[in-house]
Amino acid sequence: MDIFAGSDLLEVTLLSLIVSGLATAISLAIGLPLGTWLALARFRSRGLTLSLVNTGMALPPVVVGLFVAMLLWRSGPLGGLRLMYTPGAMVIAEVIIATPVMLGLTVAALGQLDPRLRLQLLGLGASRWQATWWLWREARLPLLAALMAAFGAVISEVGAAMMVGGNIRHETRVLTTSIVLETGKGEFAAAIALGVVLLALAFLVNAVLTRAQHRGPQP
Amino acid sequence: MTGPVPVDPLLEVDDLVVVRGARPILEIDHLAIVRGETLVVVGPNGAGKSTLLLALARLLRPQRGEVAFRDSFGERDDDLAHRRRIGLVLPDPILLDASVFDNVASGLRFRGVPRDEVRVRVSDWLGRLGIGHLRDRPARQISSGEAQRVSLARALVVEPDLLLLDEPFASVDAMTRALLLDDLENLLRATPVACVAVTHDLDEAVRLGDRVAVLLEGRLRQCDRPERVLAAPVDGDVAAFVGVETRVHGRVVEARDGLAVVEAAGHRLEAVSSVGPGRAVLFCLRPEDVTLWSGDQPGPGDHPGPGTEMSSARNRLPGRVSRVTPSGPLVRVSVDCGVPLVALVTRASADEMGLAVGRPVVATFKASAAHLIPLAKDQDR
Repeated sequence: MDIFAGSDLLEVTLLSLIVSGLATAISLAIGLPLGTWLALARFRSRGLTLSLVNTGMALPPVVVGLFVAMLLWRSGPLGGLRLMYTPGAMVIAEVIIATPVMLGLTVAALGQLDPRLRLQLLGLGASRWQATWWLWREARLPLLAALMAAFGAVISEVGAAMMVGGNIRHETRVLTTSIVLETGKGEFAAAIALGVVLLALAFLVNAVLTRAQHRGPQP
Repeated sequence: MTGPVPVDPLLEVDDLVVVRGARPILEIDHLAIVRGETLVVVGPNGAGKSTLLLALARLLRPQRGEVAFRDSFGERDDDLAHRRRIGLVLPDPILLDASVFDNVASGLRFRGVPRDEVRVRVSDWLGRLGIGHLRDRPARQISSGEAQRVSLARALVVEPDLLLLDEPFASVDAMTRALLLDDLENLLRATPVACVAVTHDLDEAVRLGDRVAVLLEGRLRQCDRPERVLAAPVDGDVAAFVGVETRVHGRVVEARDGLAVVEAAGHRLEAVSSVGPGRAVLFCLRPEDVTLWSGDQPGPGDHPGPGTEMSSARNRLPGRVSRVTPSGPLVRVSVDCGVPLVALVTRASADEMGLAVGRPVVATFKASAAHLIPLAKDQDR
């Protein structure tokens, strides 16, 4: 069995967490406010926009990786940024994968609330910000579920990470790309071990978020 | 809109027009709310009552017009400052997924009230509404009557200048409604808050309101003390809405000593009214004011005997019962006597008199009970 050194394992696990965690955080920062606005606003092409968002939730990661790669490689329009085959590129690709998930599920989460709740809060003297905050609190269960779904989408994907990261040891190798590598080398034990680590990681993060979701008065 | 205009109002609505699509759904020339009063706006569903309430709260953008507190003295008058002076209670209480305490405290927290003060004020109002024992209960686990009390406490605790209630009793059963109505009536009398409540229920309006405003099809037709609205509706539509069931077109043929004689449907009817002769009028009579006598003998006054009193009712119309409809503890009797009259009698009386379709009766009513609405020359509905 290949010496999959303890430090290597720690390194790829850490990188997985950092890249996917960062991508999820950015998708939250974009998706939550945008999704809130989309849930509350009424404009003519709202139906079309929602359909596009929902389609975006099903983007194949490898295709996202391909398009980002085409933008970032040396001959591409953003080649000057020298981001190709760096964790930065991986974060970019994963943000593109996670944001529609966050957006679509935020719209669904807020859409479940009583449509007059916002009016009622404003009628009790809430400012627009206070009303929005309280809407998020009211929808905290499905919103946390959205966050978990976005994280789950990116921690488990391999297509984009491979395309824009290149699976370079010590640079852009993450858990999912390591599994592909070890399997390709025939090192099935190592691949399975990495799979277990990935599952454990996903479980751990979700357990923390689920605990946060269910703290406080039960509905 | 007719009715006395208050001086020194708390809040005024001027030239308000709200549209949906291309249609105006609310048009109010002028409405003034007086400090401390309870104004109840009544009207059928779809008349624009909820729209009016949202406009008063500045929660919708009218096409034109102004809603403003008249005592701002140069203070900020932006929408948030305006909203912080009101307390809104929407129908089917919309409570937060939190404890009853947190719900009632929410308005105070929006205004940044310190924690200790919040605790004191919330406890006080929970007590006043009889829900102190529900303080820590999750708001999703209480009955609809209790939820309505939470919703009211939540608005009252911020001590607003204007309380806005939208159909406050729509979602509760009759018994809970009776209790809530009592409590609300007492609370409104005890606090200096002005209140605008909307309801489709005329009884609630008359009970709660210092003034009643009738809103029909987006326009305020009449705004006056409840007795005046019931007894002297300003036009045929208002009359129909406030339960004046007998409305007949006629013409004043004689007028003397404050009494007008109206010719309607071939009968001469007397009404206490100042309308002059020659005017076309709508003759209005409430069913509670019609008394029925059995038989085709003109009873009162003609054959006085044991148990029969002289009647001062100047109007006596013999006819036949054309319809009998039970209405709760009362019975609605339609009488065809040339003029279509409707009388409201108790079940006991209806049974004793054997009121059934076809039975001959004599309908009487006092001239002072009748109300005449002068019609414009082109009005012939």
